Amino acid sequence: MKARNRRIGLILFLLYLALYGGFVLLNAFSPKTMETTPLAGINFAILYGFALIVAAFVLALIYGRLCGRGKDQP
Amino acid sequence: MIYSPSPIAVALFLMFVGITLGLSFYLGKRAKSSEGYFAAHGQIPWFVNGVAFAGDYLSAASFLGICGMIAFHGYDGFLYSIGFLAGWVVALFVVAEPMKRLGKFTFADALNARFDSRGIKLAAGISTLAVSIFYLIPQMVGAGVLVQPLLGLPHWAGVVIVGAVVITIVVTAGMVSTTWVQFLKGSLLVIFSAVLTVMILQRGFEVQTNPAEQQTVTTTADGTLVNGMPLGDGPGQNSLAPVGHISKLPGGITKTGPVGPLEFFSTLQDSEIVLWVSKTTASADGSQTTTYHPRPTPGSQVLRPGQHPKFRGIRGDAFGDKLNFLSLMLALFCGTASLPHILIRYYTVKDEAAARKSTIVGIGCIGFFYVLTLYMGLGAMTSGAMDVTDSNMAAPLLARSMSELLFAIISAIAFTTVLGTVSGLILASAGAVAHDLIGSFSATPLTGQEQVRIAKIASVVVGMIAIVLGILFQELNVGYLVGWAFSIAASANLPALVMLLFWKGTTKQGIVAAIIVGMTSSLAWILLSADTYAKVYGLPAEDALTPFSQPGIITIPLGFVTLILVSLLTRRT
Repeated sequence: MKARNRRIGLILFLLYLALYGGFVLLNAFSPKTMETTPLAGINFAILYGFALIVAAFVLALIYGRLCGRGKDQP
Repeated sequence: MIYSPSPIAVALFLMFVGITLGLSFYLGKRAKSSEGYFAAHGQIPWFVNGVAFAGDYLSAASFLGICGMIAFHGYDGFLYSIGFLAGWVVALFVVAEPMKRLGKFTFADALNARFDSRGIKLAAGISTLAVSIFYLIPQMVGAGVLVQPLLGLPHWAGVVIVGAVVITIVVTAGMVSTTWVQFLKGSLLVIFSAVLTVMILQRGFEVQTNPAEQQTVTTTADGTLVNGMPLGDGPGQNSLAPVGHISKLPGGITKTGPVGPLEFFSTLQDSEIVLWVSKTTASADGSQTTTYHPRPTPGSQVLRPGQHPKFRGIRGDAFGDKLNFLSLMLALFCGTASLPHILIRYYTVKDEAAARKSTIVGIGCIGFFYVLTLYMGLGAMTSGAMDVTDSNMAAPLLARSMSELLFAIISAIAFTTVLGTVSGLILASAGAVAHDLIGSFSATPLTGQEQVRIAKIASVVVGMIAIVLGILFQELNVGYLVGWAFSIAASANLPALVMLLFWKGTTKQGIVAAIIVGMTSSLAWILLSADTYAKVYGLPAEDALTPFSQPGIITIPLGFVTLILVSLLTRRT
């Protein structure tokens, strides 16, 4: 149970780290990409930023769901 | 700008403080034991604790600092929002459940769970105190900044009021009342920020046609001159005009009417917004003149990263500037899960599942709030209500452009924000002193009663220190100081915490060394950096000894390396 939660946590953590790392590195080394407007006239910086916030919450919910389910099985 | 104290704001402010204190005295009766005082008996419902996380975390820097930075410089302030939220992912996936499982009252408990070492208690206690005090300074400065325009009191009075109220809250009821104050504050902040955002969208954008003019502020020994006239609003006097407007909307229209949440950005993207640039010159007679002049800026530039002087480096070619940015973003990511006042909140719930659920609720509230910061900041930028001299007032002034009542509510909430975060920090420091520092020195373990008594004395002392520092550092930028606290927390605490959880070879000497090396190296780096040279000592920034200002990218790995090396050297075979 303890080990299972830790493994799920680690996988989700690495997933988010990749998303966040991508955002930070793009900002630092390719700021021009952030200025493009790929969707509905909104620039990439805002889209990616909002996506990071939403992703944190969605991954948190997934984690809560997976860990909660493990508890029911003895 | 000249602020006249608003009677509704004063009334609301007094009401908030009254409710807060009343709650503390009422709940204080229930928190006599050390379990009650330090950890609210572990009986706080997870949902309440989750909102209280938001209350703890969304400090004056988040609300006033980030909104102000976005209002003055555009997108860059939002980078802080993203970094501050991302840190919660580390807290949830890595730290939350083990923290609850291993510890009882403080962060040192969790680190010490396997070793029972005095050294760990001492080192972790000192790092908790150091981080808390660094985090306290900006909160106290923020309190002074708020009280000036709201109640018409001087800066020091604001700092003293906050200090006194918070000491009363913490001494009477410890973690129980602190938690409920945070819950109240967290919910109010998120709800009213949402209300403000809806009003911004309803109002839409409007082009202001009368051209904005350059403004000057001259400070001499005799007083302050605005545009060459004495400061005041009578005849023959001048005060600064409120600023911030749109000069061109897409398609040549003059008014948009209500806009949708996405249309808000796509409209701004193709508009032209007037930003304000300031320049300060000193003249021979000792007077200082600051000139603020309008600079029409395309929306596409306002909404891209790299406009703020601090972030401009990412658009340049210098590798050091880019490293500085990476270092800041790393410190924000790693710092959250190392902040002592956040970590102690894991002991107020009953088990690991509750710790996990309350973190998820926290992420929901905090994430939602940070989305709103972008609307509020950009709303303030185009509200025509900003004060060119004080970015921290952007959010309250935006509310004033809507209605006087909303201004009063938002200001009172901002003030409660400071109260809440400060009480959490003081409680964390008091716990560290009573439980970790004194506990590591005394030969016989202290009884619960004695610990609570020492913690109460420590709260008063730390509160006094915070008041003095808040007055001394009143000139410093609020957001800048919070960056310090995050870097020190991440460098000192995170390596020890993570390695203890994931590496069986960790020894107690390794943990002690990692905390000390992480803390001193990040602190030394900050004190020798260009930012501190220029802003604190008043020395030329080029003389600084460190290649860039943010320590995290060097000192966080240094903490990990130290822990591994020392652990390998002291391993028992």
